[in-house]
Amino acid sequence: MIETKTETQVKPESLKIVTDVVCPFCGTLCDDIKVVLDGNRIVDTMNACIIGNEKFKSAQAGHRIMTPMEREEGTTEFAPVSYDYAIEKAAQILANAKRPLLYGWSSTSCEAQEVGNELAEVCGGVTDNTASVCHGPSIMAIQTVGAPCCTLGEVKNRADLIIYWGCNPIHAHPRHMSRYSIYPRGFFTERGFDDRTLVVVDPRPTDTAKQADIYVQVEQGRDYEVLDALRTATRGEDIPDVVGGVKKEQIKELAELAKTKKFGLLFFGMGVTQTTGKHRNIDMAISWVADMNKYTKFSLIPMRGHYNVTGAGQVMTWQSGFPFAMDFSRGHARYNPGETAANDMLQRHECDAAMVIASDPGAHFPVSSMKWYAQIPTIVLDPHYTPTTGISNIVIPSSIVGIEEEGTAYRMDNVPIRCRKVIDAPEGLLSDEEVLKRILNRVKEIKGLPAGTHH
Amino acid sequence: MTNSIEANLISGRTFMQGVAIEGHKHEEEYIKACGIIEMDVSDLKKLHLFPGQTVRVRSANGEVVVRAVKTTQGPHPGLVFIPMGPWANQVTSPNTYSTGMPHFKGVKVTVEPAPNEKVLNGITLLQTTTLHLKETAQ
Repeated sequence: MIETKTETQVKPESLKIVTDVVCPFCGTLCDDIKVVLDGNRIVDTMNACIIGNEKFKSAQAGHRIMTPMEREEGTTEFAPVSYDYAIEKAAQILANAKRPLLYGWSSTSCEAQEVGNELAEVCGGVTDNTASVCHGPSIMAIQTVGAPCCTLGEVKNRADLIIYWGCNPIHAHPRHMSRYSIYPRGFFTERGFDDRTLVVVDPRPTDTAKQADIYVQVEQGRDYEVLDALRTATRGEDIPDVVGGVKKEQIKELAELAKTKKFGLLFFGMGVTQTTGKHRNIDMAISWVADMNKYTKFSLIPMRGHYNVTGAGQVMTWQSGFPFAMDFSRGHARYNPGETAANDMLQRHECDAAMVIASDPGAHFPVSSMKWYAQIPTIVLDPHYTPTTGISNIVIPSSIVGIEEEGTAYRMDNVPIRCRKVIDAPEGLLSDEEVLKRILNRVKEIKGLPAGTHH
Repeated sequence: MTNSIEANLISGRTFMQGVAIEGHKHEEEYIKACGIIEMDVSDLKKLHLFPGQTVRVRSANGEVVVRAVKTTQGPHPGLVFIPMGPWANQVTSPNTYSTGMPHFKGVKVTVEPAPNEKVLNGITLLQTTTLHLKETAQ
């Protein structure tokens, strides 16, 4: 287990509890966290899950990047530099690039994202958020066939059938089931989990599947076929004896069960977006959910990963019309995933500089994408050491939104929630928004553009 | 290959991965959480492996050394799981099929024992596989 370095002598009378804190880790965006403070020091958290607890405590566990750094070319040695120097270098890299890639955004505030999108426009670059390797295919499917949606509050109060398809909330969204979907007692679901049926569809009998009333073991990569068969069975048509490793009887049983429920909810995750079929899987899932509305009330919600990846899509959309993979290189916003998404750009060597903010493609992109990243001038904004900081040219540390800065974030059901500031950031550290504003202003100076914002 | 198996690789989250990415990516904790491959007991037996031994995982996209562990969310013979992170992404497929999304799940791999090999630190692993480093005097 990871050692928490907060167990020192404290006097109980000096402790203070901050309530209703929003956890900036996953898309569940729990807003009932309590943080126990001793002055400016986080002593403990209450209500948070194991990951949320670590997020708060790791802010002060002594392994933050405390000063901007520059990597010596051809080595893994970093030399500390000033913020002024790092921002000047970053601005020079972005201003001189033909088509820089700005990637990340999902673990920072909407306010910082807003500045970042203007920066991408001013640079004639491409801006992409982590939906690209998360629910990008879901967004593409929603653009194709639409989506019936609702909030998690409706799920809590009404849903009596919960389907988790290709997602494992016990590991990825640990409080999702207790706050919204299975265990809470709601207005029409007074008996909590006794009033609900839980179905899990996954190639592995996951820890979530172990809690399920019905577990459907789909053959890995065959989600499209099973969804299609489910849709066919729902319409009362015949299907083959076995589809994607699942027996006909089980598919028919699920189709009939869904019709008997008052309010069904399909939650889906990376198990369908990252596997064969990608957006076509979601297309089929949405089509089935739409069909189900002929019989009962049915809706679906994607299990968004980063706490503000939904916000990144919202901000990009209200500013320029597209939710991710947005290209400004022709002077206007253009969107074409498969061409303008971060991995496509890196794979085909189509960006000549890159800036990463609030995410870690070094850990989460295929290594061949990062091989190109390592060859071009790069800037990264991150509070912690990551594989991405390890191969970037300029590393700029920042304060953590939701712990040391206020900021708006969107929950997975598109509900905006204002994150709180709990403690002061280590002295001298700037926020993402401040760093981005300074880079933007300097890029405008270099390019001879008028100062001030114009969005 | 004398002692290897073919398997279908998926990557994804675990809660220990979630904990380790919060400021621990340069530390041993990250290796323990993500520099592993979760395998079905029957697959471990085929390779004559004990949990905790190191294996080499190869795909058409690359190779990586990780520690084999007994799956906690099984049984799933023929399916292997590496938590998302730099180790998994040495072998995942970059093909996006015109969606922007690489193929992180459903990658054909071979797994073979790799005794005496070391699982590299996450940051070091990416540095050695992406940067053109100068020869350094020891």
